[in-house]
Amino acid sequence: MPTKYAYYPGCSLHSTGSEYDVSFRAVCKKVGIDIEEIKGWVCCGTSPAHCSSKLLSLALPYETLCLVEKMGLSDVVAPCASCFSRLRTAIYEANEDPELAKQISEALDRPLPQSMNVLSPLEIFYEKKGLADAVTKKLPGLKVACYYGCLLTRPSKIMQFDESEYPMAMDELFRSMGITTLDWSCKTDCCGGSLSMTRTDVVLKLTNAILEEAKAVGANAIAVACPLCHVNLDTRQEEIEQEYGVKYGLPIFYFTELMALAMGIPSDELGLKKHFVGTNELLSAICEA
Amino acid sequence: MESVQIITSGSKLAEAVMAESGQNVNLCFQCGKCAAGCPLSYAMDYKPAQLIHAIRLGMDDLVFKSTTMWLCATCETCTTRCPQEVDVAKVMDAVKIIAVRQGVKPTIPQIAKFYRAVLANVKMCGRMYEMGMIVDYKMRTFEFFKDMKLGMKMFRKNKLKLVPSFTGAMRTWKIFNRVKKIEKRNLST
Repeated sequence: MPTKYAYYPGCSLHSTGSEYDVSFRAVCKKVGIDIEEIKGWVCCGTSPAHCSSKLLSLALPYETLCLVEKMGLSDVVAPCASCFSRLRTAIYEANEDPELAKQISEALDRPLPQSMNVLSPLEIFYEKKGLADAVTKKLPGLKVACYYGCLLTRPSKIMQFDESEYPMAMDELFRSMGITTLDWSCKTDCCGGSLSMTRTDVVLKLTNAILEEAKAVGANAIAVACPLCHVNLDTRQEEIEQEYGVKYGLPIFYFTELMALAMGIPSDELGLKKHFVGTNELLSAICEA
Repeated sequence: MESVQIITSGSKLAEAVMAESGQNVNLCFQCGKCAAGCPLSYAMDYKPAQLIHAIRLGMDDLVFKSTTMWLCATCETCTTRCPQEVDVAKVMDAVKIIAVRQGVKPTIPQIAKFYRAVLANVKMCGRMYEMGMIVDYKMRTFEFFKDMKLGMKMFRKNKLKLVPSFTGAMRTWKIFNRVKKIEKRNLST
């Protein structure tokens, strides 16, 4: 295991998904994983970049990877699923096509760093020994549906993350910490992603199906590893309920928030108040149990 | 050495897709897995497999007038499941890029405008400045009141920053400009 990771929060973890940033840092601190935020990181370009220009979509992630090299590090942790996917894709594409790598380097006006390793925090925590020892609080009433979304596992050829259709990494991580997770069929279904602003109708339909299935299998919480999934499932949940005439009231947690809670980190230090769907009711019920 | 035979269909559009994305749509044998797995299929006028077939047949008009590629959310289900290893999501990107380059009007203008608003924002700010991007998007689409309540609540919950950071803005500005220059050069050769 590397001694230190370069931390790439990405735009969302500095704004709409700041709870993910706070809880990720808290868990790292608790279990002794050394992370340092990359100074001067820029946006990875996310979907609009690869939908508009292949070269741009690869140059932007590499700009940040160049900064990692300057830090003298080669292991990068990217909690946002979209950043994670764009960084891994950039490295994959540059390795596959030397001509393209040359153009990326030209666009950045500097040589590309070699042998960079991009990781999701799920992979780091999964490999970390002794996580169970950090658990101080049992969460017996919690029944979590782990929602991996699209970009952690797909495309499998590039991401090389767990099983692409039915991943278990988050489930096994939680189970090792004594948190109950459920089998369900929407683990890697799409929430509609960045269509949220442009075709909200699509996102409401897709997220409704996900929430419905989670409820049906008896989940009282969903855990996510992507800030956009969180926006679509949490921030828009009231809208989904209005559109489909249902009531879910299903709290959506970043998986790091649940890890932090199990490690006894107080909930008011995790930014849970920023969630649109309240978490208090569920958490106090669990604590009483 | 094993000889490699490239399957072609004589479609200029298929060749353009190949040049843009490195993907050969002529490998498709219409199993329909991409269409079956696509979460957006229900909203598309042509399913991904149909669009691929139209590209092979060189039906440029039908392809460019379709909503399929614009609705693609890049969930990568099709790409992961294709037995011929055609990266269908990349094909969708390529068709959009080619359409825009040829000056075809996007069939779902909001989505094209969203891309432009996001990229203009990243170019200028280095990191996404959500508030600025949302205002820019609304100026482009005139959808001033959509999601207004949601945005206000996000702001109250401190999920949206009031001022941009501009970290790396100089660098992203230069990267955007260099990319444009390289792409122009690539097209002319």
